[in-house]
Amino acid sequence: MTEIIVVTSGKGGVGKTTSSASIAVGLAKHGKKVAVIDFDVGLRNLDLIMGCERRVVYDFVNVIHGECTLKQALIKDKRYETLFVLAASQTRDKDALTKEGVERVLEEFKTEAFDFVVCDSPAGIEKGAFLAMYFADRAIVVVNPEVSSVRDSDRILGLLSSKTRRAELGEGKVQEHLLLTRYNPARVQNGDMMSLADVQEILGINVLGVIPESEGVLAASNSGVPVILDEGSNAGLAYEDAVARLLGQERPMRFMDAPKKGLMSRLFGG
Amino acid sequence: MGIFDFLRARPKNTASVAKERLRIIVAQERGARGAPDYLPLLRREILEVIKKYVNVDPDAVLINVERDGDHEVLELSVALPEKGHEITPPPASNS
Repeated sequence: MTEIIVVTSGKGGVGKTTSSASIAVGLAKHGKKVAVIDFDVGLRNLDLIMGCERRVVYDFVNVIHGECTLKQALIKDKRYETLFVLAASQTRDKDALTKEGVERVLEEFKTEAFDFVVCDSPAGIEKGAFLAMYFADRAIVVVNPEVSSVRDSDRILGLLSSKTRRAELGEGKVQEHLLLTRYNPARVQNGDMMSLADVQEILGINVLGVIPESEGVLAASNSGVPVILDEGSNAGLAYEDAVARLLGQERPMRFMDAPKKGLMSRLFGG
Repeated sequence: MGIFDFLRARPKNTASVAKERLRIIVAQERGARGAPDYLPLLRREILEVIKKYVNVDPDAVLINVERDGDHEVLELSVALPEKGHEITPPPASNS
C-alpha cells in the first residue's frame, strides 16, 4: 500500500523542504520505495536541497499535462536507488496543477508500488498547499516554537480536518504529526522560547520529533545533501529518530536539554 | 546564571507571554472555524440596526453557530445597557 504524506505548515521558512528531503531520504534508508514531490509550482527548491538540480529535465506539471511519462520525470537519487524526486515546474501559471491531474499522478505511484509519496507543500493556504494536502493519509505539520508559526499551523490543522479527500469522503481523519524544528533548548531553559510541551498543549497533536536548531542544516542545504545524512549533526540524528517513529518504532526524545555550561560561561553568563 | 548578571537588564519570560497569547487567539479562531463567511457582516449590520435604538457597545453583540445533530443553530445574543442609557429617538424631547 502506498502511503501519501504531506509535509505542511502554513507559514513559510519553517523547514518544510528541509524536512521533506530528510524524511524521504530517511524512509529510503529503511529500504522503502519513496518519491518526494515538490508542490511549490513557480518556486522550485526541493531539487536544490536534494542535490539533483542539474538533472531536472521534466517536472510535475509536464507529467500532469501529459508532456512526458512519470518515469521520465522522476529523478533517481544517486545515493539510494529506491528514492525518486519529482521537481516542481518553474511556470508562473497558477492553475498548472489540477486536482484531477494530481490524483492521476498519485494513482500511478500506487500502481508502481511505491511505499511512500512525500508531498512537500508550498507555504500559504492557496491552491498548491491545498492540493499537496488533499490526497494525504498523514500530515507532518512543521512548526517553529514561535507565535506566527504556531498560529498558522493551527489553521492548517483546521484545513486538514475539513478540506481533504479523507474528510470529504468520511474515510477517517488524516493522521497528524507535529514536527518541531529550529528548537533551541538553551533559549527554552531561559524562558525566551516556547517549549515542546507549550506548543503541544496549544496544538494538541502527537509529536513526531523535535529538530534542534543546528549549523548542520545550512551546511547541508549548501551542499545539496539532506541533513539526515550528516551523522555529525544533532539535526540529522533527530530526523533519523523522527523517521523511525514514523515507521512505528519507539525512540526517546534527544537533544532536549541545553548543553552544560563551562565554569567561565557560568561566571560571566553567555 | 553568571555573577555579573545583575548588571544586565533581566528580560521577562517572553515564552509564557507567547503561550498565553496563542492560547487565546487559537481558541478564538477555532470557534470561528467552519462558520459561514457572512457572519461578520451579519454581525455588523445587526449592530448598526440596534445602535439606532440603543447605545450598545460593539462587543455587546455575540453571534454563534452551533451544530446540534445534523442541523445548525444560529445563536444571537445582545447585551443591552442598563436602564437610562438608551438613546432617545431624535424627535423626542430631552429629559
